[in-house]
Amino acid sequence: MLAKRIIPCLDVKDGKTVKGVNFVNFRDAGDPVELGRQYSLQGADELVYLDITASHEGRKTFTELVKQVAAQVNIPFTVGGGINALADVDRLLNAGADKVSINSSALRNPELISEISGNFGAQVCVVAVDAKYDDGEWVCYLNGGRISTTRKLFEWAKEAQERGAGEILFTSMSHDGVKTGYANEALAVLHETLNIPVIASGGAGAKEHFLDAFNVGKADAALAASVFHFGEIPVSELKTYLRDNGVCVR
Amino acid sequence: MKVAIVKYNAGNIYSVECAMRRIGVDAVVTDDKELLRSADKVIFPGVGEARTTMEYLREHKLDLLIKDLKQPVLGICIGMQLMCGHSEEGDVDCLGIFDVPVKRFVAPSAEFKVPHMGWNQLSQVDGLLIPKELESEFVYFVHSFYVPVNEHTIARTDYVNPFSSALRKDNFYATQFHAEKSGEAGEKILRNFMDL
Repeated sequence: MLAKRIIPCLDVKDGKTVKGVNFVNFRDAGDPVELGRQYSLQGADELVYLDITASHEGRKTFTELVKQVAAQVNIPFTVGGGINALADVDRLLNAGADKVSINSSALRNPELISEISGNFGAQVCVVAVDAKYDDGEWVCYLNGGRISTTRKLFEWAKEAQERGAGEILFTSMSHDGVKTGYANEALAVLHETLNIPVIASGGAGAKEHFLDAFNVGKADAALAASVFHFGEIPVSELKTYLRDNGVCVR
Repeated sequence: MKVAIVKYNAGNIYSVECAMRRIGVDAVVTDDKELLRSADKVIFPGVGEARTTMEYLREHKLDLLIKDLKQPVLGICIGMQLMCGHSEEGDVDCLGIFDVPVKRFVAPSAEFKVPHMGWNQLSQVDGLLIPKELESEFVYFVHSFYVPVNEHTIARTDYVNPFSSALRKDNFYATQFHAEKSGEAGEKILRNFMDL
Protein backbone atom coordinates (compact mmCIF):
# COMPACT_ATOMS: atom_id res chain seq x y z
CA MET A 1 0.00 0.00 0.00
CA LEU A 2 1.20 3.52 -0.79
CA ALA A 3 2.40 5.11 2.45
CA LYS A 4 1.38 8.53 3.74
CA ARG A 5 4.47 10.73 3.72
CA ILE A 6 5.98 12.82 6.52
CA ILE A 7 7.99 15.76 5.21
CA PRO A 8 10.14 18.02 7.39
CA CYS A 9 10.56 21.44 5.81
CA LEU A 10 13.75 23.42 6.23
CA ASP A 11 13.80 27.16 5.55
CA VAL A 12 17.30 28.15 4.54
CA LYS A 13 18.81 31.62 4.69
CA ASP A 14 22.47 32.21 3.80
CA GLY A 15 23.15 28.48 4.18
CA LYS A 16 21.53 28.15 7.62
CA THR A 17 18.17 26.69 8.63
CA VAL A 18 15.60 29.05 10.06
CA LYS A 19 11.89 28.71 10.80
CA GLY A 20 9.32 31.45 10.75
CA VAL A 21 6.40 31.59 13.11
CA ASN A 22 3.55 33.09 11.09
CA PHE A 23 6.21 33.99 8.54
CA VAL A 24 8.12 36.40 10.85
CA ASN A 25 10.49 36.21 13.88
CA PHE A 26 13.04 33.66 12.75
CA ARG A 27 14.78 31.27 15.11
CA ASP A 28 17.93 29.40 14.14
CA ALA A 29 17.60 25.63 13.93
CA GLY A 30 20.92 24.41 12.64
CA ASP A 31 22.90 23.11 9.72
CA PRO A 32 20.59 22.16 6.82
CA VAL A 33 22.60 19.22 5.49
CA GLU A 34 23.13 17.60 8.88
CA LEU A 35 19.52 18.26 9.85
CA GLY A 36 18.34 16.62 6.61
CA ARG A 37 20.54 13.59 7.21
CA GLN A 38 19.21 13.25 10.76
CA TYR A 39 15.64 13.41 9.50
CA SER A 40 16.27 10.68 6.93
CA LEU A 41 17.75 8.49 9.69
CA GLN A 42 14.67 9.15 11.84
CA GLY A 43 12.44 7.92 9.01
CA ALA A 44 11.36 11.10 7.21
CA ASP A 45 10.01 10.23 3.76
CA GLU A 46 11.04 13.36 1.92
CA LEU A 47 12.54 16.75 2.66
CA VAL A 48 11.72 20.25 1.46
CA TYR A 49 14.38 22.96 1.42
CA LEU A 50 13.10 26.48 0.91
CA ASP A 51 15.59 29.18 0.02
CA ILE A 52 14.39 32.37 1.65
CA THR A 53 17.48 34.36 0.68
CA ALA A 54 16.79 37.20 -1.72
CA SER A 55 20.32 38.00 -2.91
CA HIS A 56 22.21 36.63 -5.87
CA GLU A 57 25.05 35.50 -3.57
CA GLY A 58 22.52 33.65 -1.45
CA ARG A 59 21.28 31.75 -4.52
CA LYS A 60 24.77 30.49 -5.25
CA THR A 61 25.19 29.37 -1.66
CA PHE A 62 21.87 27.55 -1.90
CA THR A 63 22.85 25.70 -5.09
CA GLU A 64 26.02 24.52 -3.36
CA LEU A 65 23.91 23.40 -0.43
CA VAL A 66 21.62 21.41 -2.77
CA LYS A 67 24.67 19.55 -4.08
CA GLN A 68 25.71 18.65 -0.55
CA VAL A 69 22.21 17.46 0.33
CA ALA A 70 22.14 15.28 -2.80
CA ALA A 71 25.48 13.77 -1.81
CA GLN A 72 24.57 13.02 1.78
CA VAL A 73 20.83 12.33 1.95
CA ASN A 74 19.32 9.07 0.64
CA ILE A 75 15.67 10.14 0.37
CA PRO A 76 14.00 12.45 -2.17
CA PHE A 77 14.01 16.20 -1.64
CA THR A 78 12.26 19.22 -3.09
CA VAL A 79 13.74 22.69 -3.34
CA GLY A 80 11.92 25.98 -3.58
CA GLY A 81 12.35 29.71 -3.31
CA GLY A 82 13.35 32.15 -6.01
CA ILE A 83 12.56 29.87 -8.94
CA ASN A 84 11.38 32.16 -11.73
CA ALA A 85 12.55 30.53 -14.93
CA LEU A 86 13.38 27.19 -16.53
CA ALA A 87 17.08 27.96 -16.09
CA ASP A 88 16.61 28.01 -12.30
CA VAL A 89 14.91 24.61 -12.45
CA ASP A 90 17.64 23.19 -14.65
CA ARG A 91 20.34 24.44 -12.26
CA LEU A 92 18.66 22.95 -9.18
CA LEU A 93 17.84 19.59 -10.79
CA ASN A 94 21.42 19.35 -12.01
CA ALA A 95 22.57 20.00 -8.46
CA GLY A 96 20.64 16.88 -7.45
CA ALA A 97 17.18 18.08 -6.35
CA ASP A 98 14.35 15.66 -7.17
CA LYS A 99 11.58 18.24 -7.42
CA VAL A 100 11.19 21.99 -7.45
CA SER A 101 8.48 23.94 -5.71
CA ILE A 102 7.18 27.15 -7.27
CA ASN A 103 4.84 29.58 -5.56
CA SER A 104 4.68 33.33 -6.36
CA SER A 105 6.32 32.83 -9.76
CA ALA A 106 3.55 30.39 -10.74
CA LEU A 107 0.82 32.85 -9.73
CA ARG A 108 2.54 35.65 -11.66
CA ASN A 109 3.29 33.45 -14.67
CA PRO A 110 1.14 30.29 -14.75
CA GLU A 111 2.80 29.29 -18.02
CA LEU A 112 5.90 28.43 -15.97
CA ILE A 113 4.09 25.33 -14.64
CA SER A 114 3.50 24.04 -18.17
CA GLU A 115 7.10 24.80 -19.14
CA ILE A 116 8.59 22.94 -16.17
CA SER A 117 6.24 20.01 -16.59
CA GLY A 118 6.81 19.84 -20.34
CA ASN A 119 10.58 19.98 -20.04
CA PHE A 120 11.26 17.90 -16.95
CA GLY A 121 8.05 15.95 -16.30
CA ALA A 122 5.07 16.60 -14.03
CA GLN A 123 6.68 14.71 -11.14
CA VAL A 124 9.30 17.45 -10.86
CA CYS A 125 6.81 20.30 -10.53
CA VAL A 126 5.35 21.00 -7.09
CA VAL A 127 3.06 24.01 -7.00
CA ALA A 128 3.01 25.57 -3.55
CA VAL A 129 0.01 27.68 -2.59
CA ASP A 130 -0.12 29.97 0.45
CA ALA A 131 -3.75 30.77 1.20
CA LYS A 132 -5.65 32.47 3.99
CA TYR A 133 -9.29 31.97 4.94
CA ASP A 134 -10.87 35.38 4.53
CA ASP A 135 -14.60 36.25 4.45
CA GLY A 136 -15.64 32.70 3.60
CA GLU A 137 -13.03 32.21 0.90
CA TRP A 138 -9.52 30.85 0.61
CA VAL A 139 -7.47 33.66 -0.91
CA CYS A 140 -4.03 32.98 -2.45
CA TYR A 141 -1.08 35.11 -1.36
CA LEU A 142 2.22 36.07 -2.95
CA ASN A 143 5.72 36.69 -1.61
CA GLY A 144 5.65 34.49 1.47
CA GLY A 145 2.19 35.66 2.45
CA ARG A 146 2.80 39.39 2.16
CA ILE A 147 0.66 40.26 -0.88
CA SER A 148 -2.91 39.11 -1.43
CA THR A 149 -4.22 38.19 -4.88
CA THR A 150 -7.62 37.77 -6.50
CA ARG A 151 -6.96 34.04 -6.99
CA LYS A 152 -8.85 31.48 -4.90
CA LEU A 153 -7.26 28.28 -3.61
CA PHE A 154 -9.46 25.61 -5.22
CA GLU A 155 -9.66 27.19 -8.67
CA TRP A 156 -5.95 27.92 -8.70
CA ALA A 157 -5.00 24.41 -7.57
CA LYS A 158 -7.19 22.94 -10.31
CA GLU A 159 -5.62 25.21 -12.92
CA ALA A 160 -2.13 24.29 -11.68
CA GLN A 161 -3.01 20.61 -12.10
CA GLU A 162 -4.33 21.19 -15.61
CA ARG A 163 -1.14 23.04 -16.50
CA GLY A 164 0.93 20.06 -15.43
CA ALA A 165 1.69 20.34 -11.70
CA GLY A 166 2.68 17.00 -10.20
CA GLU A 167 1.71 17.88 -6.61
CA ILE A 168 0.04 20.68 -4.68
CA LEU A 169 1.67 21.88 -1.47
CA PHE A 170 -1.03 23.82 0.36
CA THR A 171 -0.01 26.01 3.29
CA SER A 172 -2.83 27.49 5.31
CA MET A 173 -1.64 30.89 6.50
CA SER A 174 -4.58 30.87 8.90
CA HIS A 175 -3.07 27.82 10.62
CA ASP A 176 0.67 28.26 10.06
CA GLY A 177 2.74 28.67 13.20
CA VAL A 178 -0.20 28.49 15.61
CA LYS A 179 0.01 24.71 16.14
CA THR A 180 -3.71 23.97 16.37
CA GLY A 181 -3.87 21.50 13.47
CA TYR A 182 -3.98 21.56 9.69
CA ALA A 183 -6.75 23.11 7.55
CA ASN A 184 -8.50 19.76 7.21
CA GLU A 185 -11.74 20.91 5.58
CA ALA A 186 -9.91 22.74 2.82
CA LEU A 187 -7.56 19.75 2.40
CA ALA A 188 -10.52 17.40 1.94
CA VAL A 189 -11.94 19.68 -0.74
CA LEU A 190 -8.57 19.70 -2.52
CA HIS A 191 -8.49 15.90 -2.33
CA GLU A 192 -11.90 15.73 -4.02
CA THR A 193 -11.06 18.40 -6.60
CA LEU A 194 -7.68 17.11 -7.73
CA ASN A 195 -6.21 13.87 -9.03
CA ILE A 196 -2.62 14.72 -8.08
CA PRO A 197 -1.20 14.30 -4.55
CA VAL A 198 -1.78 17.02 -1.96
CA ILE A 199 0.76 17.93 0.74
CA ALA A 200 -0.72 19.49 3.88
CA SER A 201 1.24 22.33 5.45
CA GLY A 202 0.73 24.80 8.26
CA GLY A 203 -0.56 24.11 11.75
CA ALA A 204 1.13 20.96 13.06
CA GLY A 205 1.57 21.09 16.83
CA ALA A 206 0.74 17.57 18.00
CA LYS A 207 0.79 14.02 16.64
CA GLU A 208 -3.02 14.01 16.45
CA HIS A 209 -2.84 16.84 13.92
CA PHE A 210 -0.99 14.60 11.45
CA LEU A 211 -3.52 11.81 11.98
CA ASP A 212 -6.37 14.26 11.25
CA ALA A 213 -4.63 15.62 8.14
CA PHE A 214 -4.58 12.05 6.75
CA ASN A 215 -7.95 10.80 8.00
CA VAL A 216 -10.05 13.97 7.80
CA GLY A 217 -8.08 16.07 5.31
CA LYS A 218 -7.28 13.00 3.12
CA ALA A 219 -3.82 14.47 2.51
CA ASP A 220 -1.21 12.32 0.78
CA ALA A 221 1.63 13.87 2.78
CA ALA A 222 2.03 16.20 5.73
CA LEU A 223 4.75 18.81 6.02
CA ALA A 224 5.94 20.51 9.19
CA ALA A 225 8.95 22.42 10.41
CA SER A 226 9.28 23.68 13.97
CA VAL A 227 7.78 20.61 15.70
CA PHE A 228 10.56 18.58 14.08
CA HIS A 229 13.40 21.11 14.32
CA PHE A 230 13.00 21.67 18.02
CA GLY A 231 12.49 18.00 18.76
CA GLU A 232 8.92 18.46 20.01
CA ILE A 233 7.80 15.52 17.87
CA PRO A 234 10.55 13.12 16.74
CA VAL A 235 9.73 11.76 13.27
CA SER A 236 10.23 8.15 14.41
CA GLU A 237 7.77 8.61 17.29
CA LEU A 238 5.24 10.21 14.96
CA LYS A 239 5.52 7.26 12.55
CA THR A 240 4.89 4.78 15.35
CA TYR A 241 1.87 6.76 16.53
CA LEU A 242 0.40 6.92 13.02
CA ARG A 243 1.01 3.20 12.44
CA ASP A 244 -0.68 2.36 15.75
CA ASN A 245 -3.65 4.41 14.60
CA GLY A 246 -4.07 2.55 11.32
CA VAL A 247 -2.27 4.90 8.93
CA CYS A 248 0.01 3.23 6.37
CA VAL A 249 3.46 4.70 6.92
CA ARG A 250 6.93 3.54 6.06
CA MET B 1 35.62 -2.76 -9.77
CA LYS B 2 34.70 -0.47 -12.68
CA VAL B 3 31.13 0.84 -12.61
CA ALA B 4 29.71 2.87 -15.49
CA ILE B 5 26.50 4.90 -15.48
CA VAL B 6 24.99 5.44 -18.92
CA LYS B 7 25.00 9.12 -19.85
CA TYR B 8 22.04 10.14 -22.03
CA ASN B 9 19.24 12.73 -22.14
CA ALA B 10 17.48 11.69 -18.94
CA GLY B 11 17.38 13.46 -15.60
CA ASN B 12 18.48 12.41 -12.12
CA ILE B 13 21.74 10.74 -13.17
CA TYR B 14 23.70 12.82 -10.66
CA SER B 15 21.53 11.34 -7.85
CA VAL B 16 22.61 7.85 -8.87
CA GLU B 17 26.23 8.95 -8.93
CA CYS B 18 25.80 10.35 -5.38
CA ALA B 19 24.15 7.12 -4.19
CA MET B 20 27.05 5.09 -5.53
CA ARG B 21 29.49 7.30 -3.67
CA ARG B 22 27.48 6.82 -0.46
CA ILE B 23 27.95 3.06 -0.74
CA GLY B 24 31.65 3.54 -1.45
CA VAL B 25 31.62 2.99 -5.21
CA ASP B 26 33.28 5.46 -7.55
CA ALA B 27 31.21 5.25 -10.73
CA VAL B 28 31.90 6.99 -14.02
CA VAL B 29 29.07 8.68 -15.94
CA THR B 30 29.77 8.12 -19.62
CA ASP B 31 28.44 7.52 -23.11
CA ASP B 32 31.82 6.23 -24.28
CA LYS B 33 31.11 2.86 -25.84
CA GLU B 34 34.40 1.27 -24.88
CA LEU B 35 34.07 2.36 -21.25
CA LEU B 36 30.53 1.00 -21.12
CA ARG B 37 31.50 -2.32 -22.73
CA SER B 38 34.51 -2.84 -20.49
CA ALA B 39 32.85 -1.90 -17.18
CA ASP B 40 32.20 -4.64 -14.60
CA LYS B 41 28.75 -3.23 -13.87
CA VAL B 42 26.54 -0.87 -15.86
CA ILE B 43 23.74 1.26 -14.46
CA PHE B 44 21.09 2.61 -16.80
CA PRO B 45 19.13 5.12 -14.68
CA GLY B 46 17.02 8.16 -15.35
CA VAL B 47 13.87 10.15 -15.20
CA GLY B 48 12.37 11.12 -18.52
CA GLU B 49 9.89 10.49 -21.29
CA ALA B 50 10.06 7.22 -23.25
CA ARG B 51 9.94 8.52 -26.83
CA THR B 52 12.49 11.33 -26.49
CA THR B 53 14.94 9.18 -24.53
CA MET B 54 14.53 6.24 -26.93
CA GLU B 55 15.15 8.49 -29.95
CA TYR B 56 18.30 9.80 -28.28
CA LEU B 57 19.56 6.26 -27.59
CA ARG B 58 18.97 5.24 -31.23
CA GLU B 59 20.60 8.37 -32.62
CA HIS B 60 23.70 7.76 -30.49
CA LYS B 61 23.68 4.00 -31.18
CA LEU B 62 23.44 3.32 -27.47
CA ASP B 63 20.36 1.12 -28.04
CA LEU B 64 22.32 -1.71 -29.68
CA LEU B 65 25.19 -1.31 -27.25
CA ILE B 66 22.99 -1.70 -24.15
CA LYS B 67 21.22 -4.78 -25.57
CA ASP B 68 24.56 -6.47 -26.23
CA LEU B 69 26.10 -5.91 -22.80
CA LYS B 70 27.22 -9.12 -21.10
CA GLN B 71 28.02 -7.85 -17.58
CA PRO B 72 25.29 -7.20 -14.96
CA VAL B 73 23.18 -4.21 -16.04
CA LEU B 74 20.75 -2.39 -13.73
CA GLY B 75 17.98 -0.28 -15.27
CA ILE B 76 16.23 2.17 -12.95
CA CYS B 77 12.81 3.80 -13.51
CA ILE B 78 12.72 5.02 -17.13
CA GLY B 79 15.82 2.84 -17.64
CA MET B 80 13.73 -0.20 -16.76
CA GLN B 81 10.86 0.88 -19.01
CA LEU B 82 13.24 1.49 -21.91
CA MET B 83 14.53 -2.09 -21.50
CA CYS B 84 11.01 -3.41 -22.20
CA GLY B 85 9.08 -3.90 -25.46
CA HIS B 86 6.52 -1.34 -26.54
CA SER B 87 5.72 1.67 -24.30
CA GLU B 88 2.37 3.42 -24.25
CA GLU B 89 4.28 6.57 -23.31
CA GLY B 90 4.85 8.23 -26.68
CA ASP B 91 3.73 4.97 -28.39
CA VAL B 92 7.32 3.88 -28.95
CA ASP B 93 9.21 0.60 -29.40
CA CYS B 94 11.93 0.27 -26.76
CA LEU B 95 14.98 -2.01 -26.42
CA GLY B 96 13.03 -5.25 -26.12
CA ILE B 97 15.36 -6.90 -23.59
CA PHE B 98 12.26 -7.80 -21.58
CA ASP B 99 9.59 -8.74 -24.09
CA VAL B 100 6.80 -7.11 -22.11
CA PRO B 101 4.75 -3.93 -22.63
CA VAL B 102 4.80 -0.68 -20.63
CA LYS B 103 1.30 0.53 -19.82
CA ARG B 104 -0.25 3.72 -18.48
CA PHE B 105 -1.85 3.70 -15.02
CA VAL B 106 -5.58 4.29 -15.26
CA ALA B 107 -6.89 5.50 -11.90
CA PRO B 108 -10.26 3.90 -11.12
CA SER B 109 -11.14 6.44 -8.38
CA ALA B 110 -10.01 9.58 -6.53
CA GLU B 111 -8.14 7.32 -4.09
CA PHE B 112 -5.53 6.65 -6.76
CA LYS B 113 -3.45 9.60 -7.87
CA VAL B 114 -1.28 9.40 -10.99
CA PRO B 115 1.74 9.60 -10.98
CA HIS B 116 2.19 6.83 -8.44
CA MET B 117 4.42 8.89 -6.18
CA GLY B 118 5.89 7.97 -2.82
CA TRP B 119 6.86 4.95 -0.76
CA ASN B 120 5.24 1.60 -1.52
CA GLN B 121 5.97 -2.00 -0.59
CA LEU B 122 7.82 -4.82 -2.32
CA SER B 123 6.18 -8.24 -2.31
CA GLN B 124 6.96 -11.74 -3.60
CA VAL B 125 10.62 -10.77 -3.86
CA ASP B 126 12.99 -13.35 -5.21
CA GLY B 127 16.72 -13.59 -5.88
CA LEU B 128 20.06 -11.97 -5.13
CA LEU B 129 19.17 -8.40 -6.04
CA ILE B 130 16.13 -8.22 -3.78
CA PRO B 131 16.38 -11.11 -1.29
CA LYS B 132 13.64 -12.35 1.04
CA GLU B 133 14.76 -10.09 3.89
CA LEU B 134 13.45 -7.12 1.86
CA GLU B 135 9.92 -8.57 1.59
CA SER B 136 7.38 -5.83 2.53
CA GLU B 137 10.10 -3.17 2.57
CA PHE B 138 9.09 0.33 1.38
CA VAL B 139 10.91 1.85 -1.59
CA TYR B 140 10.42 5.13 -3.45
CA PHE B 141 8.42 5.32 -6.70
CA VAL B 142 7.61 8.14 -9.12
CA HIS B 143 5.98 6.97 -12.35
CA SER B 144 2.83 7.15 -14.47
CA PHE B 145 3.53 4.03 -16.55
CA TYR B 146 4.09 0.48 -15.33
CA VAL B 147 5.15 -2.98 -16.43
CA PRO B 148 2.56 -5.70 -15.75
CA VAL B 149 3.57 -8.80 -13.78
CA ASN B 150 5.27 -11.26 -16.17
CA GLU B 151 7.72 -14.19 -16.29
CA HIS B 152 10.67 -11.86 -15.57
CA THR B 153 9.14 -10.25 -12.46
CA ILE B 154 11.34 -10.58 -9.37
CA ALA B 155 9.39 -8.18 -7.12
CA ARG B 156 5.89 -6.82 -7.31
CA THR B 157 4.10 -3.83 -5.87
CA ASP B 158 0.39 -3.10 -5.68
CA TYR B 159 -0.95 0.20 -7.00
CA VAL B 160 -4.25 0.21 -8.95
CA ASN B 161 -3.17 -3.35 -9.82
CA PRO B 162 -0.13 -5.50 -8.99
CA PHE B 163 2.77 -4.50 -11.26
CA SER B 164 6.46 -5.37 -11.68
CA SER B 165 8.61 -3.34 -9.32
CA ALA B 166 11.70 -5.30 -10.42
CA LEU B 167 12.63 -7.52 -13.38
CA ARG B 168 15.42 -9.89 -14.27
CA LYS B 169 16.46 -11.73 -17.41
CA ASP B 170 19.96 -13.24 -17.61
CA ASN B 171 22.44 -10.42 -16.86
CA PHE B 172 19.77 -7.71 -17.08
CA TYR B 173 18.19 -6.39 -13.86
CA ALA B 174 15.79 -3.51 -13.48
CA THR B 175 13.83 -1.68 -10.79
CA GLN B 176 10.85 0.59 -11.31
CA PHE B 177 11.56 2.30 -7.99
CA HIS B 178 14.43 4.67 -7.34
CA ALA B 179 16.87 2.54 -5.38
CA GLU B 180 19.11 5.62 -5.17
CA LYS B 181 16.39 7.49 -3.24
CA SER B 182 14.98 4.61 -1.21
CA GLY B 183 16.83 5.13 2.06
CA GLU B 184 18.64 2.16 3.59
CA ALA B 185 16.58 -0.42 1.69
CA GLY B 186 17.64 1.18 -1.59
CA GLU B 187 21.29 1.23 -0.58
CA LYS B 188 21.08 -2.47 0.30
CA ILE B 189 19.73 -3.23 -3.18
CA LEU B 190 22.50 -1.19 -4.83
CA ARG B 191 25.09 -3.04 -2.75
CA ASN B 192 23.51 -6.36 -3.76
CA PHE B 193 23.85 -5.34 -7.39
CA MET B 194 27.53 -4.54 -6.82
CA ASP B 195 27.97 -8.02 -5.29
CA LEU B 196 26.43 -9.90 -8.23
